Amino acid sequence: MEFAFTEEQQMIAETAQAFFRDNATSERVRRAMAADGIDRELWAAFCRELGLSGIGLPEETGGSGLGMVELAIIAEAAGAQVAALPMLGSLVQAAQAIAAGGTQEQRAALLPDLISGEAIAGYFYDGALKVEGDRLTGGAHYVTHGASASLFIVTDNRGMWVVRADDPGVTVTAQTSMDQTRPFARVTLADAQGEALADPAAALAAAHRAAFIAVAAESLGGAQACLDRTVAYSQERVQFGRPIGSFQAYKHRLADMMIEIEQARSVVYWAACAVDEQSDEADLAIHAAKSFAADTYFRCAGDMIQLHGGIGFTWEHDAHLFFKRARSLQSMLGSGNWHRERIATMILGEAA
Amino acid sequence: MKLGFSAEDELFRQECADWLNGQMAGEFKDIKGITKLTGSPERRKEWEQQLAAHRWSCIGWPSQWGGRDATLAQQVIFAEEYARAGVPGRINHIGIELAGPTILAFGTEEQKRQFLPGIAAGTTIFCQGFSEPNAGSDLASVRTRGRLENGEWVVNGQKIWTSLAHISDWIFVVTRTEEGSQGPKGLTFLMMPLDQPGIEVRGIRQINGDSEFNETFFTDARCPADSLIGAVGQGWGIAMGLLAFERGVSTLGQQMGFRNELDDIIAAAKANGAANDPLIRQRLAKAEIGLRLMRYGALRMLSQTDHKKIDGAALTYKIQWASWRRNLGELAMDVLGQAGEVSDHAEYEWDTLPNLFLFSRADTIYGGTNQIQRNLIAERGLGLPREPRYVPKG
Repeated sequence: MEFAFTEEQQMIAETAQAFFRDNATSERVRRAMAADGIDRELWAAFCRELGLSGIGLPEETGGSGLGMVELAIIAEAAGAQVAALPMLGSLVQAAQAIAAGGTQEQRAALLPDLISGEAIAGYFYDGALKVEGDRLTGGAHYVTHGASASLFIVTDNRGMWVVRADDPGVTVTAQTSMDQTRPFARVTLADAQGEALADPAAALAAAHRAAFIAVAAESLGGAQACLDRTVAYSQERVQFGRPIGSFQAYKHRLADMMIEIEQARSVVYWAACAVDEQSDEADLAIHAAKSFAADTYFRCAGDMIQLHGGIGFTWEHDAHLFFKRARSLQSMLGSGNWHRERIATMILGEAA
Repeated sequence: MKLGFSAEDELFRQECADWLNGQMAGEFKDIKGITKLTGSPERRKEWEQQLAAHRWSCIGWPSQWGGRDATLAQQVIFAEEYARAGVPGRINHIGIELAGPTILAFGTEEQKRQFLPGIAAGTTIFCQGFSEPNAGSDLASVRTRGRLENGEWVVNGQKIWTSLAHISDWIFVVTRTEEGSQGPKGLTFLMMPLDQPGIEVRGIRQINGDSEFNETFFTDARCPADSLIGAVGQGWGIAMGLLAFERGVSTLGQQMGFRNELDDIIAAAKANGAANDPLIRQRLAKAEIGLRLMRYGALRMLSQTDHKKIDGAALTYKIQWASWRRNLGELAMDVLGQAGEVSDHAEYEWDTLPNLFLFSRADTIYGGTNQIQRNLIAERGLGLPREPRYVPKG
């Protein structure tokens, strides 16, 4: 049995963890929060120096091959620091969609700039998108890092198109967002020009799989960080003459966090492996991963605030960064209830 | 990192499944699907012997002692196929999974020759004498006394929750052999034959009406002076080593049993319309996720090669499955509605799902309560301060 990291995967994990720990510091994340939610220096280093941006993308377009397990490792490490990067929309959703559903030309034209970080893509779904030839009318309210994107990947779950942000038919409005490390923008398309991807079904499937796994892995990293930081605090903070971590009520709450997190770890890497191995469990696993890990993250982030007491409620402390990221991850890409309803349909043997 | 097993292992899986399914369709058809540990004890002793005759009784043991030197992956596969085929649980589980490995690890050559062939053959059934009325969670406070007298151990005291003692042949007993000692010191691990005038076994009627557990009374009970594992006074270390075996491969087989229970609930929900209730659907999905995560948690645990590292998956496993199954019992009753409240049997006896509801209240208690598990996780897994000892004043 080898349901454990290989040496290479262990190395990637250690490299990524060290990179984010050293660079995505609280100070730098907060600076990005005050701007457009992107630490440009971190983004450039991540894409160019570290060379981790091409994971899970084909080598001939500048990617590094590898798969969902490695993508999860990176997302987990980034999530542990609530890193302010446009990774989810640009590298996970948009790039995966293009890699899986684009023609050779589309891949060659779009992927290298996304992988090098020179271009940032936003990704959104509009079920009521009006399509007339290559003209698109519609839009979306919650496009992650949309205000910083130079192109958009747009889908109505039937077709998928590339739309340039500077097209005259595109209006982008930054939104004041609760999670400032991953702010939303409202994007409106009015007769904007779209270039269709060749195989939208493949593109959609790839974008969904990768996004569910990345969000789950990010949640795992964040949840573990909430636990680690709270454990450290519980050993420093003294009340009634003893470290607060010696009180059983406190210990048990931390233990409950660990119990959930260990399961979140299993679900993330089960889903990643299942997709990489094209297992018939993959569909169930990605829905399980998104719902379980995001719920775990939110619970741990909420507990982190409670267990820190007053300091955890302040802007100065990082607890709110985790808490807001966790809440955002719970709502995006389908709520936990929606994903579990998918699973219920599968196990009850009903047609989807 | 990967989920799947090798092609060779999958062949082994087929071999296991073929043999087990053949047995459950043939000679041992009558015991297929029994879920209660107390059902058909005589036939199940014969089943233990059938397993042994085909060298399936203890595949993880060395071949010298009747095993197959099976790899961890093969043991996982056998456990999964065993439960998938609907074969009832092993009544000699304690002998195979706990006593045998303990004797292999800590016993003398002579003890191996004395006990292992019988355990492997299914003719020596073991039970476990750890807990006492005043030593539950606090196992180290056992009071059952043992003293050496004319070349024999003479034991007095009482054990409780001795699962299946009424059909067992031998019991291993943690006894206090050093007068005045306290806690984990001064304990000795003895092996005693149950069939003797000094031992009396009384069933404890449980919440579900069944009597799987017992009280076992020792009144000048005897065993030879050399019927101990390890040295005199070293019983705590042996007992702790034994408990470590409890977290092994057998958990995978247990999960397949859980799979059958959840499948029964899903079938019941479809049959009575509960499956149309959105809240029930959510809970079914949560149960499904929890079950899958148990399997992958166990596979992570078994894939761990660095045994010095604290293994979070192993440390949290007990409370995870116990809480999951207790919730499953409640879900079963919510799906069944009032139909779960009545039994077709004239006696106070319950079918699988109502029985699951009742029995699963024990899951979060035995083998370390949920509260003790949380202490262990916080202290061993997170490095938090240990619980203070109570010191009486004055």
